[in-house]
Amino acid sequence: MAIGETIRNSQIWKSIFRHPMPLDRRNRIVVMLTNFFLHLHPVSIKKQGIALSFTWCMGGVTFFLFLVETVTGVLLMFYYRPTLEWAYNDILALRDVTSLGVLRELHRWGAHAMVITTWLHMYRVFLTGSYKPPREFNWVIGVILLLLTLLLSFTGYLLPWDQLAIWAITVGSNMARASPLLGYEGPGQQLLTIGGIDMITDGSDARFGLLGARFVGEETLNRFYVLHCIAIPLAVSLLLAIHFWRVRKDGGISGPL
Amino acid sequence: MHSNGLFLKDVAGFLGSYYAGLAIMNAIAAFFIWRRKNRIGEAGFWASVALAMLVLASLAMSGSASSVPHLPESLRKLVNTLSGPVNYTAGTTALFAIAFVFRKFFVKPMVAWTVFNAALLLMGLAMADENFASIVMKPDNVPIVGLVFLLAFFTWVATKQAVENDERIAQGLPPLEKENDEKVLVWPDLVYTELICMVAVSAFLLAWALLLPAPLEEPASSVKTPNPSKAPWYFLGLQEMLVYFDPWYAGVALPSMVVFGLMAMPYLDFNKKGNGYYSINERKFAYLTWQFGFLELWIMLIILGTFLRGPNWNFFGPFEFWSPYKVEVLNNVDLPQMFWVNLLNRPLPRVAADAPWYAQIGTILLREAPGLVVMAAYLFLLPPLLAVTVFRKYFAKMGLIRYLVMINLMLLMLSLPLKMVLRWTLNLKYLISIPEFSLNF
Repeated sequence: MAIGETIRNSQIWKSIFRHPMPLDRRNRIVVMLTNFFLHLHPVSIKKQGIALSFTWCMGGVTFFLFLVETVTGVLLMFYYRPTLEWAYNDILALRDVTSLGVLRELHRWGAHAMVITTWLHMYRVFLTGSYKPPREFNWVIGVILLLLTLLLSFTGYLLPWDQLAIWAITVGSNMARASPLLGYEGPGQQLLTIGGIDMITDGSDARFGLLGARFVGEETLNRFYVLHCIAIPLAVSLLLAIHFWRVRKDGGISGPL
Repeated sequence: MHSNGLFLKDVAGFLGSYYAGLAIMNAIAAFFIWRRKNRIGEAGFWASVALAMLVLASLAMSGSASSVPHLPESLRKLVNTLSGPVNYTAGTTALFAIAFVFRKFFVKPMVAWTVFNAALLLMGLAMADENFASIVMKPDNVPIVGLVFLLAFFTWVATKQAVENDERIAQGLPPLEKENDEKVLVWPDLVYTELICMVAVSAFLLAWALLLPAPLEEPASSVKTPNPSKAPWYFLGLQEMLVYFDPWYAGVALPSMVVFGLMAMPYLDFNKKGNGYYSINERKFAYLTWQFGFLELWIMLIILGTFLRGPNWNFFGPFEFWSPYKVEVLNNVDLPQMFWVNLLNRPLPRVAADAPWYAQIGTILLREAPGLVVMAAYLFLLPPLLAVTVFRKYFAKMGLIRYLVMINLMLLMLSLPLKMVLRWTLNLKYLISIPEFSLNF
């Protein structure tokens, strides 16, 4: 007891936690207001708003999985080089040699799980009518986050550089080739010609922009790596912050009036 | 390929622990019903189900391949013959319709538990089939099996509360969620729930990662195209749409419209009821539209694309071997062909290649006139027609712009099932086919 007491009375402890242990009502309120990680929450909440049968906890699980993906992803970046020479071999090494190779399993299965929990979260929000005013705009942000989640998973799919990876991305990105006007096999691309020269070719169309080449190759690997590790996670982080902030500003978790 | 002893030996261990798991699950249920609910008869029933599962578990692990519980060969053959895109789509839609109409019956915990057990038992029996197991147990397909059970569970959770709320509302009572609106402190009530959730998810993910290696195939080779080549599983609904539409529509236009439609939804749904609680009766139109789009057109197509589409994107029954040599007759015809050649017995309108541009365009328009008329009627005649009939009240409440956005999104969504039906009944390939501009619809 004494040592615990001493630690909690030390200057260091008190400088980190600006309040006593949250054991009584007053301190349980104060802790929510003074802790950075907890201030996302309100101080008190309606009982039905935290009932698992109502929320399914899917939004929270999705966010937690995003954190898991971030941590395992950063660790995986220490082991993985996005080049034709090394990508596949590094993944092989993760499976067979590296002590913490299970990181890749965690990352891969976590990604699948995150897609599923995102869908379930949206399903719950729809079924409880929680997209209705005043939460319309937060639903819109949620839809963008859904799209980014799928893109995160899609860009990550290529990185192991095995047969599953390049052919799934080939099939997926072939769609861009058919974009109206902007894909070289899309309807209307014939109209974009200047002086008889086609503007939209397989070297300048939407698919080329996505892949950085005419087929899934090293340029694509680099492009998807940057998108997967930097661009999309940054966008997701920003939108998540807005998403959470809006949950609070729009009146907290929904419930009957 | 027939199930052989070697394969059954491989899955015997898995199936043994699978049935043992089901036995434990039902034993816990029986115990719960006995101690908490004090319904001895029911508890006895589920205890005997648990015992039966134990028998199945010991049969699976008995060491002799022939005693592994499995579906009879004749039944598997029958299922294979009966399954096809038409029966699959019509069947799942019918199942959803039945589940919806009789939702008061299906949400009863004992009914739901029975259905759940039946589904798991069927899955176990099917797993003893080599062809079924080889597709379902592919590492990247495992999440979809999880998704199916999770969706079924959560749909049950939601529908149960919705049915209860609808009954309360019909009696003039507030929804259940209203009963619980006393406030509690977030510390400890919510913070600890979150902590437990995090621990549970971490444990689950770790177990998954340790038990099941992540998929890794041969090194990438741009000259060795796998057959079938599939997109990641969450896009397989879109890939399945390619059977019915060209890539520009199935892969670009329609998905963009889905995203746009999802974003537009809160601005189109003017119904103020059903905000913040589960309810079906108070928002039937929104509910049915969503469920049809999500469960049937998204999830069911993903399942079809993942488990039932094999080499050359041919359809394979759940117990059928994925043979790359399966041949399917392709006798689909474009509408202009049907109209000009088959119906009027004339050649398609044609023009010389060096004719002036207006003659070229005119010929294309003439050739595609039947399809253009159908499309124009669908997109421009139906909206006003529906506005004064079926959707009269909606039109009055929504105003012109919202109504137009809503009805166009509806029509685009319905274009998929309509095109499916046209393909199955008339062998229609394209309504409009303008290869000159790579425009097929």
